[in-house]
Amino acid sequence: MDQSICINLAVERVNTSVPTREQPCKLFTPGEIIFLQSDFMRGHGTYPEDDVLKASVAGVVEQIGKLISVKPLKNRYNGEVGDVVVGRIIEVTQKRWKVDTNSRLDSILLLSSVNLPGGELRRRSVEDEQMMRKYLIEGDLVSAEVQSIFADGSLSLHTRSFTYGKLSQGILVKVYPALVKRSKTHFHNLPCGASIILGKNGFIWISPTVSDANSSGGFTQNLDQKVLKGDREVIARLRNCILALAASKIPLYSTSILYAYEESEKYQLAELLNPESMLDIAILTQQKIQMMEDF
Amino acid sequence: MYSILFSDAEKTYIWDGVELNLRNDGRKRNDYRPMELETDVVTHASGSARLRLANTDILVGVKAEIDVPYPEAPNVGKIEFFVDCSANATPAFEGRGGEDLANEISSALLKAYDVLPLNNLCIVPGFSCWKLYVDILILECGGNLYDSVSLAVKSALYNTRIPNVKGTYIDGTNVDLQLSDDLFECWKLDVSKAPCFVTLCKIGEYLVVDPTVEEEACSTASIVVSVGENGSITGIFKIGEGSFHQNAICDAIKLAGTIGNELNKTLKLALEKEENLGIRRERYGFLK
Repeated sequence: MDQSICINLAVERVNTSVPTREQPCKLFTPGEIIFLQSDFMRGHGTYPEDDVLKASVAGVVEQIGKLISVKPLKNRYNGEVGDVVVGRIIEVTQKRWKVDTNSRLDSILLLSSVNLPGGELRRRSVEDEQMMRKYLIEGDLVSAEVQSIFADGSLSLHTRSFTYGKLSQGILVKVYPALVKRSKTHFHNLPCGASIILGKNGFIWISPTVSDANSSGGFTQNLDQKVLKGDREVIARLRNCILALAASKIPLYSTSILYAYEESEKYQLAELLNPESMLDIAILTQQKIQMMEDF
Repeated sequence: MYSILFSDAEKTYIWDGVELNLRNDGRKRNDYRPMELETDVVTHASGSARLRLANTDILVGVKAEIDVPYPEAPNVGKIEFFVDCSANATPAFEGRGGEDLANEISSALLKAYDVLPLNNLCIVPGFSCWKLYVDILILECGGNLYDSVSLAVKSALYNTRIPNVKGTYIDGTNVDLQLSDDLFECWKLDVSKAPCFVTLCKIGEYLVVDPTVEEEACSTASIVVSVGENGSITGIFKIGEGSFHQNAICDAIKLAGTIGNELNKTLKLALEKEENLGIRRERYGFLK
C-alpha cells in the first residue's frame, strides 16, 4: 500500500512528559492564595484581596526579595528590547507595517526602521511610502529585532541589520514562546544543512542554507530557485524534531535541536509524526543534554 | 473555507514539495497524519466521539428522539446534521462567520448519508420513528475538516445506543409506545454502510490527501469524495473556485476509492478495538 492511515485510541495516548531530575515546582491556579502576610510587593500575575496575595494566572511563583510574581505556564509573547523575533506582516498602513508576533497586541515595523535597498541612511520620501507594498506585503514573513516597547505594551521592531529582513522559502513552526531559550545568537547554520532562526516569540523559521551571505537581509525572494529534495528532507526532519521537543516541553536551542536531529535519524521522515517516536526522541535528547551537563 | 495569511515564498516551497512527493512534514502525497479517536466522551448523549487529527479537533454528539416519519417515507427514520464552528477554532468563526462553512459541511453530510439505511429506526410505520440529531462541534481547525468530521460522525453513530421501544396499535389508529423495562437494553446502529469523506486537494498539478491549513491555502480547488462500504463511491463534490480536468477527476475518484476503503477499514478496526476494552475503560475526554 502506498498510503498509510493510522487511527490511535485515546486510551493508548502517549504521555509526552519526560523524566527530569529536578523536583517539580508547585503550581498555582488563579485565585489561589500565595502569601498570607501583607508585607509583599505585588508582581506580575498576582492580585491582592482581603490582605492576602492571590495568583491571577496558572503558573509557578517567583520570589525576588519582597517582590512576588507568578510566571504563567502558557502565555503570549512578552517582548523585551533586543529579542530576535519572526513575524508575519498582517497590514500595510501609513509609514508602518503591522506585524503579528504572537504577542497580545500587533507589533509595528516603522518604515524608518528598515534598511531599504540602496542607501542605508537616506531620508524616507513620499515615494518610499508609496512603494511600501513592493518591499513587504500582507502575509510576508520577516525576521526582526525588538527596538522598543510602547506604553501599551505593543512592540516596535527594526530590521536595521543585514541579518534581518524578509524571509524566503522555508517552513515556519510555531511553539510556545517560553520554550525558546535565550542565547547569544538566534541565527544558526546547522551542520545538517539547514538554517534556523529561533524567534524569541516562539516562531521558528527553518530554511535551506544560503551560501552567499550578501543576499540575505534584503527584500528579495528567489521564487524560481527550487529547493532540492535532500534539503527538504533535512528541513522536514528538523521541523518534526522541533515539534517533538516542544510537545515534551524541552527548551529549544541549537544544541537540543541538533541532538534531537541526530536521535531522529533512525526513523523514517513520516514516522516522526507518530506520538511514540516523538516521545522517544524527546527522552533521548533529554538524556543526552543531561549527560553533557554532567560532563 | 476560511483561509490564513501566507507568503508567496512559503507557497512556492509547498508547491515544489508536493511536486517532489515530499511535503512539509515529511509525508508523501497519499499519507494521512496520525489521528486520535475516543468514543463515548459525552455522557448525556446517545452516542459521541472526539477525533483529533493533528490540530483539527472535532466533537460529535448524537441524540436520538422520537418523531413522526415523513409521509413520503413512512418506513424509515430520520437523521439531521448540525455543524457548529466554535470561535475558539479561529476568530474568523466569531458571530456568523463560520455559518457558511457549517452549512457546507452539514449539507454535504446529509447528501452523503443517503446511503445509510434507516429502516431500523422506524418504530411504527407512518406514526413514529427515531430521529437522530447529529451535532458536530469544530473546536480547532488544522486542515482537512471534511475527512475528520466524517470520521468523527461515523464513530459517534457507531457508538450510539438507542433504547428498545416497541409500538403497538390501540384501536387501529392510535399508537402506544412501550419502553422495555430494562433501561439499559439498547441496540446499536449498523454503520458499515456509512460513508467517509476523502478530500483530494489540488496543489499545482498534483492531488494531495489530508491537507494541512497551509496546504489548503495553496490550493485552488479540492474534490471531496464520499466513499462507502468496499470502496464504493457514494457521492462527489468540489470545493473551492478552481477547476479540474476531466481526466484528473477520473483518476481522483479511483484514488479516493482505494484510500476511502482503507480509511473505513482502519476506522472499523479502531472502533472495534475500543469497544472490546469494555464499558469500564478509562475515559480521557478533554482533561488529560
